[in-house]
Amino acid sequence: MTLQVTRRQFFKLGAAGMATSSMAMMGFAPDAAQASIRHFKLTGAKITRNICTYCSVGCGMLLYSRGDGSINSTDDIYHVEGDPDHPVSRGSLCPKGAGVLDFIKSESRLSHPEVREPGSSEWKRISWDDALDRIARHMKDDRDANFETHDENGNLVNRWLSTGFLAASATTNETAYLTHKIVRNLGILSFDNQARV
Amino acid sequence: MRGDQINLQNIIARSASMAPSPQERSGGVEKVAKLIDVSKCIGCKACQVACSEWNDLRDDVGECYGVYTNPMDLSPNTFQLMRFNEYEDEQGNLEWLIRKDNCMHCAEPGCLKACPAPGAIVQYANGIVDFNEEHCIGCGYCVAGCPFNIPRISKKDAKAYKCTLCSDRVYHGLEPACAKTCPTGAIMFGTKEDMLEQGAMRTDYLKDRGYKNAGIYDPAGVGGTHVIYVLQHADKPEIYNNLPSDPRISPLTEAWKGVTKPLMSAVIGLSALAGFFHYAIKGPKEEPEDDPDPEKADADRALDEKSPTQALQDADEEGRE
Repeated sequence: MTLQVTRRQFFKLGAAGMATSSMAMMGFAPDAAQASIRHFKLTGAKITRNICTYCSVGCGMLLYSRGDGSINSTDDIYHVEGDPDHPVSRGSLCPKGAGVLDFIKSESRLSHPEVREPGSSEWKRISWDDALDRIARHMKDDRDANFETHDENGNLVNRWLSTGFLAASATTNETAYLTHKIVRNLGILSFDNQARV
Repeated sequence: MRGDQINLQNIIARSASMAPSPQERSGGVEKVAKLIDVSKCIGCKACQVACSEWNDLRDDVGECYGVYTNPMDLSPNTFQLMRFNEYEDEQGNLEWLIRKDNCMHCAEPGCLKACPAPGAIVQYANGIVDFNEEHCIGCGYCVAGCPFNIPRISKKDAKAYKCTLCSDRVYHGLEPACAKTCPTGAIMFGTKEDMLEQGAMRTDYLKDRGYKNAGIYDPAGVGGTHVIYVLQHADKPEIYNNLPSDPRISPLTEAWKGVTKPLMSAVIGLSALAGFFHYAIKGPKEEPEDDPDPEKADADRALDEKSPTQALQDADEEGRE
C-alpha cells in the first residue's frame, strides 16, 4: 500500500516529528537509567605465581590464565600483574615486567628447542628429549676430555674450564641454590646469570 | 556485563538525563582518589604499560621527537601519558618534571555536563567519571567541555575514550593498574581522605627539603578532583606541561548546559502550549477571501488536494496535449 501524503500533510508531519524529537532532546522524555560498569576480566581466572624473567631483582608476578586446568582445556595466559605477597616487589612491576604479556605472546619468542648442526646455517627444530640428550652427551664428552684434576704446579684444582653455564634470571632462591650446586659439582667455573648479561 | 545494570545507587550523575538514580543509602561508599607524587616519579612509564595491558590497548608505534614523552599525545588507545618537561628554575638549576597526564575525574565534570547523549558519561558514588561508549554518539562535546583536554574521539568507531580510573578494578576491590605497578610509589590509591593526608605528609617533607612552594593540586574550580598531584612547585602548575592553574568548565558550556538548556526547554514547551490554545480558540488558519489572484489561488488549492501521483499523471497528460 502506498501512503498518500499531500504536501501540506508532509510538512505537518515533519514539523510534529521535529518538535517531539527536540522535546525529547531537551530532557522532557528522559531515557531510562542507563549505566554500565566494565566487565571485570579476571573473574574465574587461574592464578599462577611466578618470578619475572627479566632481571636479577626477581619481582613476583601473578599470571592469569583462562581455563581451570581441566582435562579438555588448554590454558592460555591473558593477563599478568605484580604479586602483592612477594617480598621483593610487593605487587609493583617495572615497564618491562608490566608488559611481559606481549613478551609471552611475541611471535619471535623461542618456544621449542632448536639445533644448528656444525657447518650448517639452518636452525632445525628438535624435541626436548633430543635436546637434553644432546646437551648431556656433549657435556659428558667434553668433561671427560678436558677435566683437570691438577694445574701445572701440581695443585689439586678439579676444574672444567672448557664449558660455561648461563642460568636464567627467573629463579627463586632455592632454584639458584640448586643450580649453583650442580654447576660447581661438575667443576664448571664459567658461570653467570642471564640478568647480568 | 557491559551495558548491564549495576547497583544504580552507585551512580550519582549521568549525562543528558534528569532521571534520578535511587539514593536511599547513606554511607558505605567512600570517595576514592589517586595521588600522583611528581617528586617521586622516575619516568619509567610502567604505569603506561600496565594501563595498556589492563585495558587491552596497543597504540601505534610513534616517532621520536627528541623528548622522552612517547607517544606524543593521548589517543583513544593511550589513556595516560607521562609528559616530560625540562624546567630551569631562577637559579638556573635544571629540574626534570615528569607529569602523569590522565583524566582527573573531577567532582564537577565538564565532560558530563557538556554531553548530550543520555548515559554516555556517568559519575559513580566513589567519584569515578566513566564513559560508556555504548551510548556515546561521538559528537565531541566532552572534548570541548573538559578543562584538562583529556577525552579523545576514535577514528575507528567515532566514540570518545579516556582513562576509567580502572572503574572495573576499583568496583571489584582492587586499585587501578597504574597505581599497582608503580615501582617508586609515586602513584598511590586510596580514599580521598587518606590520599590528602598522604599528600600533606609529602608536602611537608618536600618543604623540609627546600621546595618552599610544594603543595597538593586538587583544584576547587572543578569541585576538587579524584586524581590529585603533589607538586614541588604548586604555585605554578603551568610549568608541568601546562597544568591549568585554575581549571574551570568553560563559560560557554556552563551557559549552554546550565541556564540556556532549561530556559529553551521552557520556551519550546510554552510555544507548543500557546500553539495549542491558539488553535483551540481561533481554529485553523484559513485562506483570506480577498486573495489578490483568486483564480491562481483556486488552481493551487486544487493542486494541493490532489495526491502527488495524480498530480504527476495530470502533468503528463497536459504535456502530451
